Amino acid sequence: MPERLPAVRVRGLEKTYGEVRAVNGIDLDVDEGEMFGFLGPNGAGKTTAIKILCTIADATAGTATVAGTDVRTQRAEVRRRIGVVFQEPTLDSYLTAEQNLRFHGELYGMPRRQLRERITEVLEMVGLTQRRDDPVLKFSGGMKRRLEIGRGLLHAPKVLFLDEPTIGLDPQTRASIWDYIATLRQEQDITIFVTTHYMDEAEHCDRISIMNRGDIVVTGTPDALKSSVGADRVRIRTEDDHAAIRALRERFELDAAVHDGMVTFSVGDGAQFVPRLFAELGIAIDTVTVTRPSLDDVFMVYTGRTMADTEKAEGASVMMRAMAARR
Amino acid sequence: MTTLETVRKGQTTIAPGGLAHELRATTMVWRRELIRFRHDRTRMLAMLLQPVLFLFVLGTGLSSVISTGTEIDFRTFLFPGVLAMSVLFSAAFAGISLVWDREFGFLREMLVAPVSKSAIILGKCLGGATTATLQTLVLLALAGLVGVPYNLMLFLSLLGLLFVGALMLTALGVLLSARVKQIQAAMPLSQLIITPMMFLSGALFPMANLPGWLAVLTKINPLTYVVQPMRSVVFDYLTLPATARAAFNPAITWGAWTVPLGVQVLVAVACTAGLVAAGIAVFNRTD
Repeated sequence: MPERLPAVRVRGLEKTYGEVRAVNGIDLDVDEGEMFGFLGPNGAGKTTAIKILCTIADATAGTATVAGTDVRTQRAEVRRRIGVVFQEPTLDSYLTAEQNLRFHGELYGMPRRQLRERITEVLEMVGLTQRRDDPVLKFSGGMKRRLEIGRGLLHAPKVLFLDEPTIGLDPQTRASIWDYIATLRQEQDITIFVTTHYMDEAEHCDRISIMNRGDIVVTGTPDALKSSVGADRVRIRTEDDHAAIRALRERFELDAAVHDGMVTFSVGDGAQFVPRLFAELGIAIDTVTVTRPSLDDVFMVYTGRTMADTEKAEGASVMMRAMAARR
Repeated sequence: MTTLETVRKGQTTIAPGGLAHELRATTMVWRRELIRFRHDRTRMLAMLLQPVLFLFVLGTGLSSVISTGTEIDFRTFLFPGVLAMSVLFSAAFAGISLVWDREFGFLREMLVAPVSKSAIILGKCLGGATTATLQTLVLLALAGLVGVPYNLMLFLSLLGLLFVGALMLTALGVLLSARVKQIQAAMPLSQLIITPMMFLSGALFPMANLPGWLAVLTKINPLTYVVQPMRSVVFDYLTLPATARAAFNPAITWGAWTVPLGVQVLVAVACTAGLVAAGIAVFNRTD
């Protein structure tokens, strides 16, 4: 038996545009069924990397396989096995939802009878059954996005690429798109590869790679990455703060201090610690808050800058273009 | 087992590629042009109004100063030219709509599919040519008003020639949109190319007794080989004295050789095929 390739395998992948190194020799393995994310500021090379994996752009150097097929030598095979939802909208707004899906199915050579069934299923899945015969022109941003995700799934790909799936959408719609993606994962045997520059969205992934200036800075589960950069912060309100601080030192060997009227201290795993705290502190606790380090903290630790600052410095023009494309 | 179950089990539902698959893709891209055309009634009307103005306002106005010397109405002469003109502009417009497709992202959806770019560009060209030709049907219906007889064979020949001309100009538009990425630039640029092509095709004036340089330009213009056969076909269905025929539908000559109608059509078809091939080639190299 030959070795079973992971859903995505990338080795030494490089892409240069003239003098600019968009992707700087990255390595990566994404397992089947995994939800994997590229997190990084605009201009970090996420989209370029995805384009190479989708066979739209050619790598300058390195190799990549997707669903066991080589992106350089088996272009058509790769394309049959992947679904792509681009950062910019790619629907024909004069066509109806159904026509957009039909167009896709025909171009992907799906058997006709299966295509008919599948269109109905996909519309149901993304909650657009009622809008089947409406031109996309009349759709809201969120509806269009859902339709695009549905379209990406129409031909039953092994790997679904979502490039900034929620860019330009309002927070509520963003949340609902992620709900759809979550449902999708439960219902389908599929690997999802997503890029985002929203920290909170990266949390939905099983594992993420943080990208900065064309490099993968670090890869891991969101939890592991956060733990790697520091402890959780616990803040409690008690009836006797001084006694609490003393008790924390004596029983748990923790240094605590009062900040903003609350007893504050750091601990490795806050969630696991809280039950012990209640059981063993011996002082009544009124409220407790556990704050985990954010992925922004992770980005900061690994790159020396916050993501927002990096974007301001490097990605402003990219951002503008993305926004303009969304309009 | 339903499709969804198949899909959940991770079985790929895509049939392997091949010619049949490419053909389906071409057909679908062609159909999309027709669907969009149906929705675009405003454009259809606007595109129709211009040739009607040319035919009835310019044609009528000029017929009072141009003494045809015979019983032929200047508007009868103008009719095939105006038909060609209307089809050319809408065809070129259909071709450069690829710039819109790129701007609104749909081109990307097409280009990431597991089919050749050739299949997609071919569908785009055929779709644009079909819609442009369909648009002339209303204009054709007005034939009787300018003394052109309603004859099925005549109309079919005209439609055939119009389709060839439409395909030529759609391909030209596609070629243009491979290079020009902004619609603001593509629109005037296409006008800049089509307008002289139209003037030099004999669509609006007879090509008899032209000065040498102008005669040469008309002969190297591929559109001439669409417009002149159209006029010949129309004149075949009219009873005209030979002098009128010579003045308004002079034969095309290459040196001393009078180019027969069949060869003229062949030249048009060859130029069209060449432009379509060029459009496909350019897109295969870019994007």
